Amino acid sequence: MSLNLLASEFQVVRDDTRCIACQVCVRQCANDVHAYDAESDVVYSDETRCVGCHRCATLCPTRALTIRLALHEFRPNANWTPAALYNLYKQSQTGGVLLSGMGCDQPYPVYFDHLLLNASQVTNPSIDPLREPMELRTVIGRRPGRVEVTQGPEGLRLETRLGPHLVLETPILFSAMSYGSISYNACLSLARAAKECGILYNTGEGGLHPTLYEYGPWTIAQVASGRFGVHPEYLRTAAALEIKIGQGAKPGIGGHLPGEKVTADVSRTRMIPEGTDALSPAPHHDIYSIEDLRQLIYALKEATNYEKPVGVKVAAVHHIAPIASGIARAGADYIAIDGLRGGTGAAPTVIRNHVGIPIELAIAAVDQRLREEGIRHQVSLIAGGSIRSSADVVKAIALGADAVYIATAALVAMGCHLCQKCYTGKCNWGIATQDPYLTKRLNPNIGVRRLANLIRAWSLEIKEMLGGMGLNAIESLRGNRDHLRGVGLNEVELNALGIQAAGAA
Amino acid sequence: MEGQKLKLDVSGMHYRELNARLRQMVQNGVQCIELYNVCGQRYIASNLGKPVEIHLYGTPGNDLAAFMDGPRIIVHGNAQDGCGNTMNSGEVVVHGRAGDVTGYAMRGGRIFIRDDVGYRVGIHMKEYQDQRPVIVIGGTAQPFLGEYMAGGVLVVLGLTLAPGARHTATYIGTGMHGGVMYLRGEVADHQLGREVARMPLDEADRALLAQLVGEYAAYFGCDAERILDQPFTKLAPLSSRPYGRLYAY
Repeated sequence: MSLNLLASEFQVVRDDTRCIACQVCVRQCANDVHAYDAESDVVYSDETRCVGCHRCATLCPTRALTIRLALHEFRPNANWTPAALYNLYKQSQTGGVLLSGMGCDQPYPVYFDHLLLNASQVTNPSIDPLREPMELRTVIGRRPGRVEVTQGPEGLRLETRLGPHLVLETPILFSAMSYGSISYNACLSLARAAKECGILYNTGEGGLHPTLYEYGPWTIAQVASGRFGVHPEYLRTAAALEIKIGQGAKPGIGGHLPGEKVTADVSRTRMIPEGTDALSPAPHHDIYSIEDLRQLIYALKEATNYEKPVGVKVAAVHHIAPIASGIARAGADYIAIDGLRGGTGAAPTVIRNHVGIPIELAIAAVDQRLREEGIRHQVSLIAGGSIRSSADVVKAIALGADAVYIATAALVAMGCHLCQKCYTGKCNWGIATQDPYLTKRLNPNIGVRRLANLIRAWSLEIKEMLGGMGLNAIESLRGNRDHLRGVGLNEVELNALGIQAAGAA
Repeated sequence: MEGQKLKLDVSGMHYRELNARLRQMVQNGVQCIELYNVCGQRYIASNLGKPVEIHLYGTPGNDLAAFMDGPRIIVHGNAQDGCGNTMNSGEVVVHGRAGDVTGYAMRGGRIFIRDDVGYRVGIHMKEYQDQRPVIVIGGTAQPFLGEYMAGGVLVVLGLTLAPGARHTATYIGTGMHGGVMYLRGEVADHQLGREVARMPLDEADRALLAQLVGEYAAYFGCDAERILDQPFTKLAPLSSRPYGRLYAY
């Protein structure tokens, strides 16, 4: 192709008074932005390749590098934005589907940022979690409608048989990220952090690496349409199984792990030959209805002797409430709902940016619907799709979730800078890549420390927020929307979220 | 009961009880089980994990042998949908027909169906190292045969077709990127998915077909030589990366 109309997205600013030509930036950039000219002993930069991941700037020993947005400015146009123009240039050049990594970055309203939490003043005491008991332990799974107890010689005896449950020390789980989309060191960091924090991580649909089997009790194993790496040992090892129907970043479409990411080790885990595409279409062709979903749920229960919870993950879409009702009635022990802003290793940009609904509205709609139908206790609700802070966790639970799934936040904890180029396999932070030169940059000992720190910090903050509201257990917050007030929302939005406006009595 | 043959009438029995009893029997060391009056019970022989032999008389329900690892199932009747779903190892022999998505994502073991099968049979079949799943269909198949097939062997013999009639399935091998398919007789271009092509049969293909057709003939009592007498069409994927050029990087 003759003329490349794409300009650089970023500008690499090198302070020559600081640069010592040590070439750290040259070695650190997998996109080959930096190059060393030995003759003149100078490091040059070709910013057209820069993705804005800040790896070079972060590691530069003399702080000589700054990454800025490129300064090229088009004639101002509120309609034809630079992003729209660049996408047109790129597509007319390649004829291909635009790809993006991570979640939707478009300026749709973030409802979490329009919700405010309550606190106790005078009339009801707040609780100081540093000195008083505060319960964050969360149980995921079906609860019986009623329990029967009998009086025996040794006290009360529970007669009702309880279903299989997952117990979390804090209402947070690491969401599905497959080995293949992220590196082994990233998977290992998540598994070890889940064990250390008493929570669970999720294999995604890429199977389970043999060396991670020891983390089985802290593992949710996914079963997706391609059934990669799904075999009896995989099902037996995990603490829970999750049928993946959809994902917030790409509702209604499937996944293609490109052949070049199917290395020898990824091939072993997915149980497919090296170098072949791993295709996961959107539909499971054995599921065309809620009845069929029930069939797979019970196939998995049969295959694991009814000893493990079986959940179903869906993307938040328009009719999410009746869909969730169907999933609950199909016998799922939990429903994972992934909102519009949920992340991904690769999704067509047009899907990522335009399909689905925000998770806040989905939680509210589903919780409301399940309560109205009297089946909320039969199923747990795990909400994901851009939970950015402990405040988002608390707001999601107050809206009706039992727990939250985090993935983007976990990747950021491990060093991700949200450059959105996961699909290139050139992640300079060693996370979304299988290149051994890059993957060794993520030290699992440091990864696990940073993840555990994040979970600890959020848990402390959640306790503080709960205590402030006068609650001593996260259970008391679930669906307790009286603790939420809306700011800057219209009547329709307030109704959809089931909350009152700030200032209401 | 060790090593014994056990017979059980399962009429009216819920699948959960049926499968629990099967697991109990297998744990107790029973090697051969005959179930009578099977009628629609799902998931039979899932989670047994031992190479036992199970004869089913009647009609087992959906997901027969789902996630199965080891057993040998002989169905004296028809199988329904999802037979051999994500099966890992073992064998299923059906003296009748089987429904849709037979062998879904099967990654090992073998399925022999005497008569016809439904839609999307062999979808997502995969092979890995020494695990190479095999499905042999005596009759003919509905559309989307071998969809997304990533490995393994699919054989369709067309024995139920009227003399001179051809397979009518369309979208054969659509999205296929691994494995191989052999159809006895001819298929037209418009019946094939875009990702597959006809390939000439070589000696290895003929040897494999002779072996599988021989086993089919032995199971169902017919003449292997007469079946092998007619030409076969071999279909294989054009690429292991069918969608590699779809995206703008």
